[in-house]
Amino acid sequence: MRRLLAILLENEAGALSRVIGLFAQRNYNIETLNVAPTEDETLSRVTLSTTGDENRIEQITKHLNRLIEVVKVVDLTEGDHLERELMLIKVRAVGEMREEIKRCCDIFRGQVIDVTNDAYTIQLTGTSEKLDAFIRALGEAAVLEVVRSGVSGIGRADKILSL
Amino acid sequence: MTERLSGGEMLIRALQDEGVEYVFGYPGGAVLHIYDAIFKQQRIEHVLVRHEQAATHMADGYARSTGKPGVVLVTSGPGATNAVTGIATAYMDSTPIVVISGQVANEFIGSDAFQETDMVGVSRPVVKHSYLVRSAAEIPRIVKEAFYIACSGRPGPVVIDVPKDTTDPNVFFDYEYPESVSLRSYSPSTRGHSGQIKKAAKALLAAKRPVIYAGGGVIQGDAASELTRLATRLGFPVTNTLMGLGGFPGDTEQFLGMLGMHGTFEANMAMHHTDLIFAVGARFDDRVTNDPAKFAPDATIVHLDVDPASISKIINADIPIVGPAATVLAEIDRVVEAKMAADPDALDQRALADWWRRIRGWRREHGLDHDQRHRKGSNGSLLPQQVVQSVYRATKGQAFVTSDVGQHQMFAAQYYKFDAPRRWINSGGLGTMGFGLPAAMGVQFAHPDGVVACITGEGSFMMNMQELSTCMQYALPIKIINLNNQALGMVKQWQDMQYGGRHSHSTYRDALPDFKALTESFGHVSYRIDQLDELDDAMADVFGAKHKDDLVFVDAHIDPEEHVYPMAIKGGAMNAMVLERVDGRDDIRDDL
Repeated sequence: MRRLLAILLENEAGALSRVIGLFAQRNYNIETLNVAPTEDETLSRVTLSTTGDENRIEQITKHLNRLIEVVKVVDLTEGDHLERELMLIKVRAVGEMREEIKRCCDIFRGQVIDVTNDAYTIQLTGTSEKLDAFIRALGEAAVLEVVRSGVSGIGRADKILSL
Repeated sequence: MTERLSGGEMLIRALQDEGVEYVFGYPGGAVLHIYDAIFKQQRIEHVLVRHEQAATHMADGYARSTGKPGVVLVTSGPGATNAVTGIATAYMDSTPIVVISGQVANEFIGSDAFQETDMVGVSRPVVKHSYLVRSAAEIPRIVKEAFYIACSGRPGPVVIDVPKDTTDPNVFFDYEYPESVSLRSYSPSTRGHSGQIKKAAKALLAAKRPVIYAGGGVIQGDAASELTRLATRLGFPVTNTLMGLGGFPGDTEQFLGMLGMHGTFEANMAMHHTDLIFAVGARFDDRVTNDPAKFAPDATIVHLDVDPASISKIINADIPIVGPAATVLAEIDRVVEAKMAADPDALDQRALADWWRRIRGWRREHGLDHDQRHRKGSNGSLLPQQVVQSVYRATKGQAFVTSDVGQHQMFAAQYYKFDAPRRWINSGGLGTMGFGLPAAMGVQFAHPDGVVACITGEGSFMMNMQELSTCMQYALPIKIINLNNQALGMVKQWQDMQYGGRHSHSTYRDALPDFKALTESFGHVSYRIDQLDELDDAMADVFGAKHKDDLVFVDAHIDPEEHVYPMAIKGGAMNAMVLERVDGRDDIRDDL
């Protein structure tokens, strides 16, 4: 089962390597990983998607909590939450494909953020499924380069992850 | 008035403020400033080892036998990497040690400088926490935190990597040692959940075939007296893990002996047939449970541990309790006492008596408590069990016993009956050969008047025998009992049982040294024994007044054919055991 973990981490050198090392060391899987400082600059927030049954997720959570620099861990998938991923995608756009790709981009509410004679760079935000669907809609031939941020997640309504 | 100290001086001063008595270490380029600070003071005694691995085991032995943190000081690069095996050993057995490693100066980190190793990176999977000192001003806070983290909650090793520039003797700082630690992300539990404690007490009283399964957490958590009080009140059978020996008096009827792969028949049978397991500070290690899917089919599991990550990791707990063993056991005991006072039938005494009858039956069928003096080895040779029993008699069961890893370790665990905690010191989790001698040295430093016996084998002994020189320098009166079977006995046993007796690289082909001459060359006393009728007299000598101040090495030539039994049959339940010698049984498979 896919799970999305939100981790508050001391914003210190080496802290992230302990989190990643833990996953490697205990044979846990990291599907996507996303990290940046929060509004409190002493904290970083990691959103990490992984897979595993309930026991495994419980073990992952417990072992993360054992790391001294991990301040809080929440399994966002346990409750209502929002997920977004950012994708920058460079596509070949020549001839009549230019208009076709632009239309497709509009349908998915993407933005063209860079243009050359034969290529668009498109920015698209949404759930991972939406980004996958956009790539499929473009057809493989058009795609030159894809960069995805990994999933960021936040609890819905008044659920707040803070100190 | 605050003092002005250099980084190196602050480091040593902080160790003094932590109450450190000994630092086990080895100098080198990156730690020269620190060594100069050591030279200029008297409060901490530095012990010069012969290899950094041994320094970590000494600190570990010191910590295990006292409960106080052991301290290690090594240089960068090879000094640091040599320490890693000892750090991993401490990590697996949750013992508190603080390892200070030198590092190249901050400005050279990452440049592949001479003797540079990323120690924080190398040690990361085997430390509870680690620090890289970025500036000297951080030193007092880091030392304070390191000791707090090493000793609190589930203890473990902490590394402080100290770049040379931060110990510069010409740059001074205001020194003030912090009173307390404030870590928002670390707050180990200090008491158990009261609802869970009540549930546990109720489950204990309702049990008809209970077993208390107690591990190293009882030792590390200083909970032996609380465990003994509760277990005695309930009259429940108690088994200890390899790490838990001494957590409950080993010389009592109520004690089933060690459980697991080489546990007693009665302990393993009781674990298989029980309806309630009360696990205290134990982690359902694979060397205990055998196949987890077949483990204790009828048992309700009550699991008490200070580390939540140990609960429901291998075996799902029905009643988990997170908390320090001593506090929680005392609280459970209060609830049980009250319930038993209010209702004389709170405990099903009849069911318990039936259960004990079954256990005594198993004990009669295959017990370890019988005297081995009348058994004969092949060709009349001495048996390892006889040697351990003789050491037990000669020391009246009161010695600190360290061991290495292999057959001798199991014989020591089976036949030396520990009746107090922190007396049995061995590498259970990592299984580190070479642990025994340096660990015994750490124990002897901590207990100058204590009797310290290192029960080892010639294979393990040779992994750190350079420390005989350190023993000479510090006049450590350790008694080394070398169970010499001229082979890597446990490997050979597996090869006998599962590989058709093909002894692939488990014997030395007559290339062993003359241990008597070897140890005497370091100024130590040496005995060689190979006859049963000389055994007890020799041990009386070794542990008697005559050699009170000597390191004595006993080279005991034992039957090379002897195997350790019982032995769990891999892939079975806990009741699947081999009880006597079988060779070439291919159905006893395992992956060592």
